[in-house]
Amino acid sequence: MAAMAKAFHFPMSATVAVNRGNGFWSLAWQRFRDDRVGVVSLVIVAAFFVVVFLSALGVIASGWNEEVAIPDAPPDLWGLLKPAPPMAMESAAQRAAQRMGKEPSLEPLLPSAVMDPLAETLARLRGESDVLPESRVVDPLAETLRTLGAGDELLTTTIEKRMSLPFGGDRWGRDVLTKTIKGSQTSIIVGLTAALLATFLGTLLGALAGYYGHRTDDALNWFYSVFNAIPYLLLILAVAAVLQQRGVVTVILILGLTGWTGVFRLVRAEYIKHRGREYVRAAHAFGVPNRRILFFHILPNVSHVVLVNVSILAVGFIKAEVILSFLGFGVAVDEVSWGSMLNDAHRELILGRWWELLAAGGAMALLVTAFSLLTDAMRDALDPKIRVAS
Amino acid sequence: MSDLVNATALATSVLFSVERLSVAFRRRRQAPFVAVREATFTIHEDETVALVGESGSGKSVTALAMMGLLPKYSAEIADDSRILYRERDLLRCSDEERRRLRGADMAMIFQEPMTSLNPVFTIGTQIAEVLRLHKGMSASAAQARCIELLDEVGLPEPRRALARYPSQLSGGQQQRAMIAMALACTPRLLIADEPTTALDVTVQKQIVELLKTLKTRHRMSILFISHDLALVGELADRIIVMRHGEIREAGETVRIFSSPRDRYTQALLQCRPRLDDVPSRLPTIDDFMVEAQPLFPLPLCGGGCLEGAGEGESPSPLSKGGVGEADGGLPSATGEKNKTLLLEVSNLKKSFFKREGSWRRHEIPAVKNASFTLRRGETLGIVGESGCGKTTLGLTLLRLHQATGGTVRFDGQEVLALSEEAFMPYRRRMQIVFQNPYASLNPRFTVGQSLLEPILLHRMAADRQTATALAFDWLHRVGLDRDAFDKYPHEFSGGQRQRIALARALTVEPELLICDEPVSALDVSVQAQILNLLKDLQAQLGVSYLFISHDLAVVRYLCDAVMVMRDGEVVEINDVDSLYRNPQSAYTRQLLAAVPRVRYQGSEIRDQRSGIRT
Repeated sequence: MAAMAKAFHFPMSATVAVNRGNGFWSLAWQRFRDDRVGVVSLVIVAAFFVVVFLSALGVIASGWNEEVAIPDAPPDLWGLLKPAPPMAMESAAQRAAQRMGKEPSLEPLLPSAVMDPLAETLARLRGESDVLPESRVVDPLAETLRTLGAGDELLTTTIEKRMSLPFGGDRWGRDVLTKTIKGSQTSIIVGLTAALLATFLGTLLGALAGYYGHRTDDALNWFYSVFNAIPYLLLILAVAAVLQQRGVVTVILILGLTGWTGVFRLVRAEYIKHRGREYVRAAHAFGVPNRRILFFHILPNVSHVVLVNVSILAVGFIKAEVILSFLGFGVAVDEVSWGSMLNDAHRELILGRWWELLAAGGAMALLVTAFSLLTDAMRDALDPKIRVAS
Repeated sequence: MSDLVNATALATSVLFSVERLSVAFRRRRQAPFVAVREATFTIHEDETVALVGESGSGKSVTALAMMGLLPKYSAEIADDSRILYRERDLLRCSDEERRRLRGADMAMIFQEPMTSLNPVFTIGTQIAEVLRLHKGMSASAAQARCIELLDEVGLPEPRRALARYPSQLSGGQQQRAMIAMALACTPRLLIADEPTTALDVTVQKQIVELLKTLKTRHRMSILFISHDLALVGELADRIIVMRHGEIREAGETVRIFSSPRDRYTQALLQCRPRLDDVPSRLPTIDDFMVEAQPLFPLPLCGGGCLEGAGEGESPSPLSKGGVGEADGGLPSATGEKNKTLLLEVSNLKKSFFKREGSWRRHEIPAVKNASFTLRRGETLGIVGESGCGKTTLGLTLLRLHQATGGTVRFDGQEVLALSEEAFMPYRRRMQIVFQNPYASLNPRFTVGQSLLEPILLHRMAADRQTATALAFDWLHRVGLDRDAFDKYPHEFSGGQRQRIALARALTVEPELLICDEPVSALDVSVQAQILNLLKDLQAQLGVSYLFISHDLAVVRYLCDAVMVMRDGEVVEINDVDSLYRNPQSAYTRQLLAAVPRVRYQGSEIRDQRSGIRT
């Protein structure tokens, strides 16, 4: 209040804005910087993108498919949760010799019967009465090698298997952390690429429909209505059935080809608004070709709508990919995404193994929330109506 | 005499007293913007006070502060400010108390009647709401009172108007409905914020007459806010002139008009083109202000400052403009026979078609049978009220609308039948400047991009470098600095943007420039600058103008001949002097009579006053 009161006695020139802003984007960035939530979410999203980039290059998480720990290794979160010393898992023969002396302390925690349903069968087949806990490690080759009695030297090589992992391990002892990173790569790439594809289609068609109007608009509206008349999930299932294969590309195509309709309506409305503006009329008066007016004059003026839509769609598609993978229409078995992780994990939750669900769900929730907040901040920063005339 | 007036003014009791009112708006990352600074004035009972000023002068903010309608969180009123209504300080009332006063004791009408009425309720419902809220009337009593009110404000068939929606009424009728709503509780003070600015001249006159009648009948006070001094002269008892949030001058209407003391008031009175006096060049506000107040920075004047100061011919502030009416008509009189015909329009017709159902199309004619000619280097004014088809005519000439019928000959060539490709050279030769300088420049292009595009498209320069030099040259010619080249439109004021739009149109060296209301969105002072610039450029380049406007005074200042349009038809076409001196059609006479005139009205007021007082 005191500061405000003082303002009344400033000389007039002092109150005249000194904001020497320049382009639209730099002004938008100035506004964005003021938004603390926006900046934090930008940092989170950027961190995710860096991780995805590194993992796509194979720098990190390339070994997500390796069984680095005992099955269902519990999480220790670097010792915070439950410190469990990593244990060298030796070959079955050595472990059997060790077992004569003492029982492993982990035995009650990891009931082998639950862990490895095949263990008993194997034991019966081999005619042995004592069930080796080591057979939890699903390594059919090791078993075969042992029964064949072929290479003792092979049996003596030790395979380092960890008893616990920072984020825990899955059913096959794969590291949930690297799996989550690899899953992020798939999910984010699918979400973003599909969003770009859908936005591109929607913007192109919307621009044409809105700018030319009349017959073009009628035809494209008709096309849009046909797409919109089919229930969304059904359409996805139909496209999935037609494409006949599962994988990242398929999911991108499914989402991209079905998701453009919302962008179409928005961009079309923007073009209808702008085509009557006087700056477009002025361009017409100079005889500027339509193509140039469409994409050089008007497009930058609706780019904020397009950009915000990429962001909204990316969030939606990341979730859609999860749903698709969860339903079994998503990525192939040799790939991992958040959806397939959740699909794996939900069956194990009943057995008290919560870590994979938490890792995949948490990563998704974090990204989606950050992305949504980023979208909001972007929309505020880019909204031309908030542009203060100083 | 003024002593006598003061004495009588003091005798009547003070209704409103605004003391040291200062209002500031908070801004992000910047010092607060002071919109009003220590404004002090009073409004007596049964008095009309006018607040006059250009945009940004703080006149609306003052009114909103009086009504208690300022946004709570962004606006801050200084601690020592006081707004007294019958000795009660409104700034220290509870919200509930103020709400009760609004509507019952003070009411407000706004500039845009269309947006201040709720489009989804009928007129009747909206007026009845006020009555039931403030007077606790029953539904039937409220309805009866509504009919009375609508009848009083002169709405035809008030009983039927009650059930109408705002969109079913014309602009003038909407404003009448707004006034009826404001009058519902017979307020002591009516604040009218630019109530006629969005309306046509003839409707404006009716509304002003209505306000005058209502004021006398109800003995209420009116605070009339306007940018137009001449209009205010028609009804105000006292005038307060504001600029940049400060009161520059306040006084009796007669005194303000006859002997304005403040230089800014003098400037406002001089720089507006008039019907009865055509100077060769309009004085601008800067002519009055620059030398007088060198300490006062003018954020809006831009290049105009340099122009005004640099030009040696700027008239002394108090001269009434040297050139009389006989000289004003000269250009058309001398060269009429020698100049070649540039544009020949005959029976031009443009209709819009509205789809009705799937097959039928409903024809809405916008221009019916327009025929006229324009010589090189001359200016034809096209005048008419909104909806008369003048803008459509301009756009149709440039083939921005497809003509329905008729011919347009440009330099002897029929251009309507040409293919788009063959018409391309004519796109260079005919150009247009639009009304709204905020919409006519692409907001995402720098000024340089906007100027370079037509230059390169029409190969006005051999390479990019000469094109850039050319763009700089045009910026200089319209009075802008070189550093404007890399800026974006939002960094400029309205007048500067209009200069840029003008430069852009001129880069291709057109022979015909269609000016579609180029100054009607601008402040009075900027108007004068742009009009002078247009005149100078015509003298330099010999370009012909087709000047579309609703403002008869502006047309008189700039044009050689005038065409009056109404409902898509040409009512009258004549050279400028004959038309203004001796209008042939009744409609033209009606239009001319509706234009507020500073001097005539001023003397009338004086006569009335002296008659009453002595």
